[in-house]
Amino acid sequence: MDLEVLIENVLNALAAGITIGCIYGLMCIGLGLIFGIMRIVNFAQGELLMLGMYASLYLVTGGGVLAFLGPYFGPFVGALCAGPIVFAGGALLHRFLISRVSGLRTAGSLDDGHFGQLIITLGISLILQNGGLILFGSTPEAVRTPLASRAFELGPIYGDATVFLNKARLIACAVAIVTAITLYLVLEYTRLGKSLRAAADNPTAATYMGIDVDRAYRIAFALGCGITAVAGGLMATYLSFGPFIGLDYVIIMYSGVVLGGMGSILGAFWGGLTVGFVQQCSALVLPPQLQNAAIFVVFLLIVMLRPQGLFGRSAERA
Amino acid sequence: MRVGAHTRLRRGGLALALVAVVYLIAASQVTNSYYQLILSLVPIWALFGVSWNLLSGYGGQLSFGHASFFGIGAYTVTLALVYLDLTPWLGIPLGALVGAAAGIVIGIPTFRLRGHYFALAMLAYPLAILYVLQYLGFQEVSFPMHREHPLYYLEFSDQRLYTLLAVILLAAGLVVSMLVENSRFGLALMAIRQNELAAEAGGIDSWRWKMRVLVMSGAIAATAGGLYACVLLVLTPDSVFGILVSAQPVVVTLFGGVASIWGPVIGAAILVPLAESLNAELGNIIPGIQGVVYGAAIILIMLASPDGLFWTVRDRWFRRALPEPAPVLPATTPVRQVVQHGHGGTELLRVEGLSRSFGGLRAVSEVSFSVAEGEILGIIGPNGAGKTTLFNVLNGVLSADEGVAALDGQSMLGRKVHQVCRMGVGRTFQVVRSFPRLPLLDNVIVGAYGAGLPDHAAVEAAVGALARVGLHRQAGSAAGQLTNKQLRLMELARALAGRPRLLLLDETLAGLGREECDEVLDVLQRLREDGMTIAIIEHTMHAMMRIADRFVVLDHGRVLASGLPRDVVEDRAVIEAYLGSKWLARQNA
Repeated sequence: MDLEVLIENVLNALAAGITIGCIYGLMCIGLGLIFGIMRIVNFAQGELLMLGMYASLYLVTGGGVLAFLGPYFGPFVGALCAGPIVFAGGALLHRFLISRVSGLRTAGSLDDGHFGQLIITLGISLILQNGGLILFGSTPEAVRTPLASRAFELGPIYGDATVFLNKARLIACAVAIVTAITLYLVLEYTRLGKSLRAAADNPTAATYMGIDVDRAYRIAFALGCGITAVAGGLMATYLSFGPFIGLDYVIIMYSGVVLGGMGSILGAFWGGLTVGFVQQCSALVLPPQLQNAAIFVVFLLIVMLRPQGLFGRSAERA
Repeated sequence: MRVGAHTRLRRGGLALALVAVVYLIAASQVTNSYYQLILSLVPIWALFGVSWNLLSGYGGQLSFGHASFFGIGAYTVTLALVYLDLTPWLGIPLGALVGAAAGIVIGIPTFRLRGHYFALAMLAYPLAILYVLQYLGFQEVSFPMHREHPLYYLEFSDQRLYTLLAVILLAAGLVVSMLVENSRFGLALMAIRQNELAAEAGGIDSWRWKMRVLVMSGAIAATAGGLYACVLLVLTPDSVFGILVSAQPVVVTLFGGVASIWGPVIGAAILVPLAESLNAELGNIIPGIQGVVYGAAIILIMLASPDGLFWTVRDRWFRRALPEPAPVLPATTPVRQVVQHGHGGTELLRVEGLSRSFGGLRAVSEVSFSVAEGEILGIIGPNGAGKTTLFNVLNGVLSADEGVAALDGQSMLGRKVHQVCRMGVGRTFQVVRSFPRLPLLDNVIVGAYGAGLPDHAAVEAAVGALARVGLHRQAGSAAGQLTNKQLRLMELARALAGRPRLLLLDETLAGLGREECDEVLDVLQRLREDGMTIAIIEHTMHAMMRIADRFVVLDHGRVLASGLPRDVVEDRAVIEAYLGSKWLARQNA
């Protein structure tokens, strides 16, 4: 009996860890582009997640343009559509603010412009949080779908032990994986992707090769914003959120990116997956308040023991 | 103390006294209790900013999580009062001690990381502590009231007394900051921020200095946090460990002027009243509008003045009024330390079977050679021959896989970069590593401090070294303004200031024109006449033919040939390595 309960709990935690982990993975890819590859310290990344949630909310509920899709398809299509909307916002942010403290303008300067990026993105974060409070109100919202309360049942596997796979999360997880793979293919094999990577790797050399570095940076930054927003839209289907939810996730994103090894898109995905997995599995042994502390402890341990990240390669040369 | 420190300290102290008195007089006239609270908060956040500025501004170790120390101070004071009935008069110093200890505990693992990784790891600490405190049930701790002995328990009925205390503590923090900036401590920190490897090669033990500044910064932040708790009287983990608390010192310091004494004070004096009054005036009408305005304000200021207000104002209006005091240098050549001169003297450096691989690539492979006292050894070889790697192994940047390297019989391997420097090995880099914002003299003094010289002797050694390379006239100008040749000579002077026995020069002539090249060669020639021993890496054969006593030729990590220049140049293997086998075949045909 006890063994059955234990097995059921462990299996369910593993399943939840993997599904939520994949969504975290997508979220981390967004920051991975901005911080891992372009090396821009972005404190407003959590707020982009929040914007993705609200964009999806207003698209698919009430009188939103996508409301006709119904509660089954709507939330997921809404999540995907949140991407381009936040992408456009990210491009504007980069055009008017971020580009002044990053890229060619600060390459090689003392501290690589990080001090400026810190302040600017903190300012953006404050404006988005509090602007969100004014526009959206403080009531917690959720993109409701009946799928969130239904589950696939696997088993019984051992005795009565059954694995429940929440349908909303499972679909969200599938969408996240497809989005991540698409992005990876675009970055790896298209001309656009190659120019983005070249610009991030060595802006000066990329300029000499005829790449419009400023434009490449803008696209990469906006892409990072959009991807995180898609993840936000997906998370909105199974969790309630308010304008300040970004603060809870910004650390998780940084943990994921560092865990995966900076500069690698796949690494960021694996890092996010690991963080989600650790978070869900720690629920088995730790009280709820300590679950987030567990993430930070794991994060610290890995940063100390393998600073190049779990999946990264050390590229430093003296 | 650094050059010109006394004038700067006197001026700073005077300004500090003036500002403190004016502030206190102004504060004593305020009767509205809410404004009184704001006036107490300004110096507290400024003090927190001062603490962050020491570590991240001067030392360049960006910390996103300074709330760890602030919160530790606040909780130490509060919990000691609640559970041990300890008065905050003792609780605040206790908090500072705990904050310093936290600095050690956090620093030992975290300083293994650099750059982004360090900044992010710091971010994780306060949040981990926050969740643990919530778990332990300290969500909300309030100060117990003591109506009998309010003064003994640091409970003032008049808010203005808190302001007085906060200003006193801030003044103390600023004095510490001024002393640091004007001592070798500050110079070491600035050197580490601008170029850590160069600082290490100059003999600076960067780990130790970073540890010291973190401990100091932790103690100051904890002091600010402890006082903050006394002013607020109710403590929640979010109010002292939250991410916005970590952001506060960063924002006030960067806004006011990073790596300047007054930056945090200016930032706090403008931003804290702005944020608080926005909160009070607008917070009730539209919740959130204060955050939007505040965010917009810091963005706008940052775009208008990227280095912070202090530097913008100073650069615009006071540049001419406050020149760096140009030190008076003797223009005469220094007394030559005449050492027995002549080639084939006693062996100074001995390298035997030294190897170093990167994965499958053997960058340095069983290299053996020796350098005799007073000679110039030229190390030549094509690109990728392993010359720089060899130097990196010799001065401790990289570890050796096997082999022996000994300076005068003492092994150089297994030591850290700064330790090798203190053995008497000076080093210059292929790409000049200067401290661009520091004046030339300070750039060179770093080398003298690195060798452990006391203040006076360090200045003398630096001045002497500058004279030896012929740069004494530029001593006052910032390194960022020098030409390439001058930078090369500056680096040479920095290495000389540590009174080395052996100089490792890595492509000192790279990127120089013919005439510039000759000038640097003349300097090297003079150094040899003074008895200096030099190993120099170089591509260009003709320059090396002029000064080197002996050659070692490296190719693919191995010693291809060694001996007198004339013999080496005629060695067929060397010609092949340099010019290719086809060329050799054509010559023979």
